[in-house]
Amino acid sequence: MPTLLPIDTLLIAVCAWLAVGLAGLVAPRNTRFIAKTLFPAGALVGMLVGFVSLGSLGAAPETAVLAIGLPDLPFHLRLDSLTAIFGVLLGFISVGISIFAAGYFREGEGTAPGLLCLEYHAFLASMLMVLLADDAYAFMVAWESMALASFFLVTTNHQHAEIRRAGYLYLLIAHVGAISILLSFGVMTANSGDYTFSGMRGQHLSSFWASAAYLLALFGFGAKAGLVPVHVWLPEAHPAAPSPVSAMMSGVMLKTAIYGLLRVSFDLLGSPIWWWGVVALGVGLVTALFGVLYSTVQSDMKRLLAYSSIENIGLIAVGIGLTLIFHSYRMEALAALAMTAVLYHCLAHAGFKSLLFLCTGSVLHATKERSLGKLGGLIHRMPWVAWLALAGVIASAGLPPLSGFISEWLLLQAFLFSPGLPHPWLNMIVPVAAALVVLVAALAGFAMVKFYGIIFLGQMREESLKDAHDAGWWERAGLIWLALITLCLGIFPSSVILRIDAATRQLLGTGLSERMADHGWWMLAPISVERASYQPLVFLAVIVASVLLGRQLVHHLYHGRTRRSAAWDCGYFFQGPRAQDTAEGFSQPIRRIFEPMFRLTRHFPTARDTQPYYSVKVEDHFWHWLYLPLARLVGGISGLITLLQGGRIAIYLLYSFITLILLLLVARP
Amino acid sequence: MSGAAISFSGQLINLFASVILLLAFAMLAQRRVMPLINLFALQGATLFLSTVVVAVSTGQHHLYWSAGLTLVLKVIALPLILHRLVRRLYVKWEVESLINIPTIMLVGIGLVIIAFNVALPISQLSDTITRGTLGIALATVMLAFLMMITRTKAIPQVVGFLSMENGLFLAATSATYGMPMVVELGIALDVLVGAIILGVFFFQIRDQFDSLDIRHMERLKDL
Repeated sequence: MPTLLPIDTLLIAVCAWLAVGLAGLVAPRNTRFIAKTLFPAGALVGMLVGFVSLGSLGAAPETAVLAIGLPDLPFHLRLDSLTAIFGVLLGFISVGISIFAAGYFREGEGTAPGLLCLEYHAFLASMLMVLLADDAYAFMVAWESMALASFFLVTTNHQHAEIRRAGYLYLLIAHVGAISILLSFGVMTANSGDYTFSGMRGQHLSSFWASAAYLLALFGFGAKAGLVPVHVWLPEAHPAAPSPVSAMMSGVMLKTAIYGLLRVSFDLLGSPIWWWGVVALGVGLVTALFGVLYSTVQSDMKRLLAYSSIENIGLIAVGIGLTLIFHSYRMEALAALAMTAVLYHCLAHAGFKSLLFLCTGSVLHATKERSLGKLGGLIHRMPWVAWLALAGVIASAGLPPLSGFISEWLLLQAFLFSPGLPHPWLNMIVPVAAALVVLVAALAGFAMVKFYGIIFLGQMREESLKDAHDAGWWERAGLIWLALITLCLGIFPSSVILRIDAATRQLLGTGLSERMADHGWWMLAPISVERASYQPLVFLAVIVASVLLGRQLVHHLYHGRTRRSAAWDCGYFFQGPRAQDTAEGFSQPIRRIFEPMFRLTRHFPTARDTQPYYSVKVEDHFWHWLYLPLARLVGGISGLITLLQGGRIAIYLLYSFITLILLLLVARP
Repeated sequence: MSGAAISFSGQLINLFASVILLLAFAMLAQRRVMPLINLFALQGATLFLSTVVVAVSTGQHHLYWSAGLTLVLKVIALPLILHRLVRRLYVKWEVESLINIPTIMLVGIGLVIIAFNVALPISQLSDTITRGTLGIALATVMLAFLMMITRTKAIPQVVGFLSMENGLFLAATSATYGMPMVVELGIALDVLVGAIILGVFFFQIRDQFDSLDIRHMERLKDL
């Protein structure tokens, strides 16, 4: 009797997602059926994917060949530990987002709900296919389906010109990236005509061609992940998309790009060269710093989160770079540590960033506002969303006891152990890089304080916010699920790392588990207890205890007689909502300190203005110095071609006439 | 070709060919529509005569058919169609040219020199009695092409197109005593159908733009 292998189950899940999506077309306008039946069904499939992937972590790789595809070019599939860890991510994160989406999508917003359901589930199915693909052909087909599905999701509200523009930019950069990935695969096949990944593993490329393949892959996957300088689509596409879609793209889709980069640089290319790591490290650092600086100065909550995603992808790239450096010098223990940090950060970021994006969706529905300047004090009206968002914010700021802290701590541990590198230059660069990572982490905290403080704390800046309502039960359930993931990743790091280890071991040949085995599950000590250890439960207990103790102390010691006086109001006669710190005001110090990093357009009121106003617009240097000149160049070249096409029949005739005469003269015997 | 060696029919053919070239120049210089169509008919008639002379002197019977086709189509049918068109469309005004006439004539002379130069090696390979006219045929094609380029109105362009076909026909008779009958019939039919379709288009163009000036069609390009 044939047994159902995990890879078969995952294939069934792909089909199930597609079937759920197609079911949406049966009644494309029946919002109730689609939201309350199909999206929860999609969440169930996601749960299945998550658990099956979890079960196949560390198991022997399974392969399958599908009979679909071109003649003589079937789809090769493979389920190994690297696929499984990202499958876990995809499955479990999609559960939360699908449940949230069940309560989120309403009638009368852009694309018909049925079509949206199809695009959403096709997006999920194609991402799973990307993870399962074991040849370049299947990979590219799945990759492009993923790009197209997400493009249509981004342009859900296509009646707005700026959303169409954002979608176009996204599609453009996605295709430039896809070309680069295709070229990278082409280099790796080395003219053998064998496009399967197992064939590529068997190729022994010269260091030049291996480097070319690596750089092409870095560029191509970087374009999808949002590495500088191909990051520009991210802050445009994320605010344009509906919130569950932003959550899915930022939480999961960016990670498929990381998956691709890991697959190419560690699995397919075999032995890395040390400077590959330096390139990834440098690009990652620039990306992280760039992302976090821009996220601190944003006034649109979804743009702020989008730039924060760029920052996190930068940190992941830093980790990949560090892993490559260690791996190339055969310092496998440290490489395993850095790789664990990378994979952990992928999981952590997927959890907290999708949580935060979904929270912005709830806020958007409740208030119809995206601009931070018109929000405030929402914790009084939306306590569920506010407290669940707090979990995401703490994790995103890299604070214990939640998930973001663990991965950043692991990454910094990897940096701290690096002085053993046998290369003087690297020994000088790495501490600087570590310092920058710490700066990024601190600024990320700043951005998150701004995000949370301006939206949820203080007083309401607009009258209309008084009518804001809390999220419905479906939305709450989705948020709770993601918050739980974030919490578990923060509280049980050792157990998670033991699972991740299977993927690390597959890529590097060694893992962290040998060194961690002798400590209990409550203690995280990646290298040795003497060097560094972290006990999340103890930490959590101390935090909870000190908060409770402080509350009790204040309660008992404070005499309880409230005095009201105006004597020390420091000039603030009237403490209205308009007197609060604004989004722009809060980030003013950052803008001032890092002024050369921004392209600022400011308008200051003068003394004579009858209607004084202050405005500041922060734009991207890359847009002005790289993209606009490039666009002008392309436009100019196209313009030269339209010169040929003058529209005058006489000119067209002249072309053929001159050609005729020239041919007659040239072809004379 | 030495003068003494050329027979009477050969001299006759050369004369007709020269007349065709002269008519091509005349069409290039002609400013009015009606005389242009008459010149075209005259060119067709000369072509007919020259084909008949070739047919008589060489005994190629299928050339009679070609000559007949030329007579029916290019001397009678097409000029009639064009005359009717012009009368129906009220376009008897002067033909505008993009470049002034003397310059066009100078360019035309340059083209004739090029055509003779190019045709020389080909005519040396040929052993027909008409081989000397190949250069003239090529020059006629080029001059007709030049007329299509320099005219701004639609009807002179069509006349240029038809005149180019005259040149091709002359080239065919001079190099190889004519094309196979099927090809010739095909081309003749093409020209007729082309002229009729263009006639239909003229009405459409005039309805759209209130004029037959093709400069209006520059707006049709996609940008």
